[in-house]
Amino acid sequence: MSNDRQDTSIALRSGGRRKVLQAGVAGALALGFPAIVRSQSDKIKIGHLTPLTGFLGALGQYAVLGIRMAEEEINASGGVMGRQIELISEDSVNPTTAATKAQRMVEQDRVALLLGEINSASAKTIMQVAARNKRFFLSTGARSDVLRSANCNRYTFHMDIPVTVMVNAEGQGLLRDGLVKGRKVFYLTSDYLFGHDLAKAAKHFMSEHGATTVGDELCATDVTDFSPYLLKIRQAQPTLVATNLGGNQVTNFVKQYAEFGLPYAVAGFNLNTADAWAAGPGNLSGIWPTVWHQHIDTPGTKAFVAGFLKKYGKMPENHAWIEYVSLRVLLQAMNDIKSTDNDKLIAHLEQQPQFDLLKTRKGYFRSWDHQMQQEAYTFTVKKPGSYKEAWDFLQFSAPIPKPDQPLELLSPTREQSECKM
Amino acid sequence: MQFLFLAEQVVNGLVLGGYYLLIALGLSLIFSVGGVVNLAHGAFYALGAYASLEIAKYLGFGPAVALSPVAVGLLGILFERFFLRRFYTADPILGLLVTFGLAMIAEQAIRMIWGAAPLPASMPQALKGSVILGDFIFSRYRLLLIAIVALVLAGIWLLLNKTSFGRVVRAGIQRPDMVAALGIRLQPYMTTIVVLGVAMAALGGALFAPIALVYPAMGAEIITVAFVVVVIGGLGSFWGVVLAALLVGVVRGVTINFVPAAGEASIYILMFLVLLFRPRGLLGERIEKFE
Repeated sequence: MSNDRQDTSIALRSGGRRKVLQAGVAGALALGFPAIVRSQSDKIKIGHLTPLTGFLGALGQYAVLGIRMAEEEINASGGVMGRQIELISEDSVNPTTAATKAQRMVEQDRVALLLGEINSASAKTIMQVAARNKRFFLSTGARSDVLRSANCNRYTFHMDIPVTVMVNAEGQGLLRDGLVKGRKVFYLTSDYLFGHDLAKAAKHFMSEHGATTVGDELCATDVTDFSPYLLKIRQAQPTLVATNLGGNQVTNFVKQYAEFGLPYAVAGFNLNTADAWAAGPGNLSGIWPTVWHQHIDTPGTKAFVAGFLKKYGKMPENHAWIEYVSLRVLLQAMNDIKSTDNDKLIAHLEQQPQFDLLKTRKGYFRSWDHQMQQEAYTFTVKKPGSYKEAWDFLQFSAPIPKPDQPLELLSPTREQSECKM
Repeated sequence: MQFLFLAEQVVNGLVLGGYYLLIALGLSLIFSVGGVVNLAHGAFYALGAYASLEIAKYLGFGPAVALSPVAVGLLGILFERFFLRRFYTADPILGLLVTFGLAMIAEQAIRMIWGAAPLPASMPQALKGSVILGDFIFSRYRLLLIAIVALVLAGIWLLLNKTSFGRVVRAGIQRPDMVAALGIRLQPYMTTIVVLGVAMAALGGALFAPIALVYPAMGAEIITVAFVVVVIGGLGSFWGVVLAALLVGVVRGVTINFVPAAGEASIYILMFLVLLFRPRGLLGERIEKFE
């Protein structure tokens, strides 16, 4: 519903109705008159899909705020190559609908390129649409490994850190706190593409470093009550509970784990800062990984956080950030090559140009799997009373890898990857 | 050992069922009295959660849980007076459509007022943790929750079965024309039942806020389960709904024990089976005006 409204308001703002009238008049005067084509092509159209409903909906709402902010800033500063951009943003709903909408954006809306998504299963179907139509797709928030490995394709680039990087970053934190070696681990895994992928990487890391598995349970994406799982955890008597959950699941789990007050240490291989805020202080514990946080000490992050707070009155989280930088990265690349041509864009990005991601070090898309290489972080929870604002209870680590280590340190190597383009 | 653990899952399922009951019973009551399947019921559950968070800012957790149903119940008066009342005798599909529309409006309104992101909600520290009875573990908070549900349930049962108010309501369900012939206006009774149903949903929202996600779509999430419970129990049957709520909780818990991935699907399979073999629900009565 809200999308429809957004779409109409954009169309009206850009003088959509008048344009249609003009086009109609022109068409009546001279069939196929080039004026129609010109009036349609003066803006660069970009198709954006992200889940606004369902268990990832809360994150998708942040993504829309982030990308709208980038759109506004870019247009206010004169657009790209002197042309304004027009973002068409819709709820991707589920993998099937995501593909249908992506196809429609390519065929009917004639978008120059596609970007977005958080749900790995939906990103996968959009990637197929991108490959079929030879249209560029920047997958912004999907983290499943297979997307950049067995399922990789020439037309798709990946912005967010893949699960292997999350596991390796999280693993550094766990090793530091002595939570791996000799631990009996109980895994809870979200029952969809991303969760399965995350579980595979997590178990690999943990067993390689001397942990054993005492339990491993799948949770449907719409699980809201975790009490039967909590009973099973207690039954298994683990020494570490590791979650491979996504979206709303993590928040519900964290709240109910605090409710039951089970004594086992908790760690998770996936948590977005918005999920952590929703769980609230006093409920969250353990170590978690993240791709970005609001306290990164760079002028870019400071300006983004201040601008977002001013515009929306709330703190941005990592999906707001990733959509914001993704659009900026794309437009910077287009500006560099002075073209929206998808093949030229791909060739350019495969040269591994560096992009400012508002972090300490710049990032680049690795040429052979199109994966953005960048810093990651872990976070723990501050002691009660050591913070004032409700969103300020997370304690973030220094960037991983360290400044003197290569950015690709945590990523799968070419030998481990099954990507062939 | 395995048997004991299964028993623990069953008991835990009963506790969860008690919570479903809070939402489903109101839905069932409103249907029995007015003949409208209130798809906006989930919206009152969500409003109950949000209202409790607002009240808790000023008065703390306890008063918030007590006052939130009152506030939402007052809203229920308007809901009954201006919307539901017009559809008691209308084609059931109209009632469905209008309440479905209201549910969507409410969800968007919540999104506009409180934002799309989930709100943090915590219970007092004293209620956290669990109690171990024998081999069973219970969350302290859920024990409190189930005690409240039992009280509400007893109250509603007494009201319906032991008071003159209840007699009129029950008569109104069976033969509204006869009640009218006896010179009794059913209108205020219906308003009261709707307010009670809506307040129960709000109480459910307020109680579940600290242990589940408080976000705009939470109403849509719960209405599905509540509807399944009512259908399994039999539309309009008090004990049917009680039985179905507990059954749904237990079936879900036991399924998660054996086939975790099928936990959420199990309740729909249960509904399917019940509808297949007993279409009117477990304890559904034959009600003349719906035949």
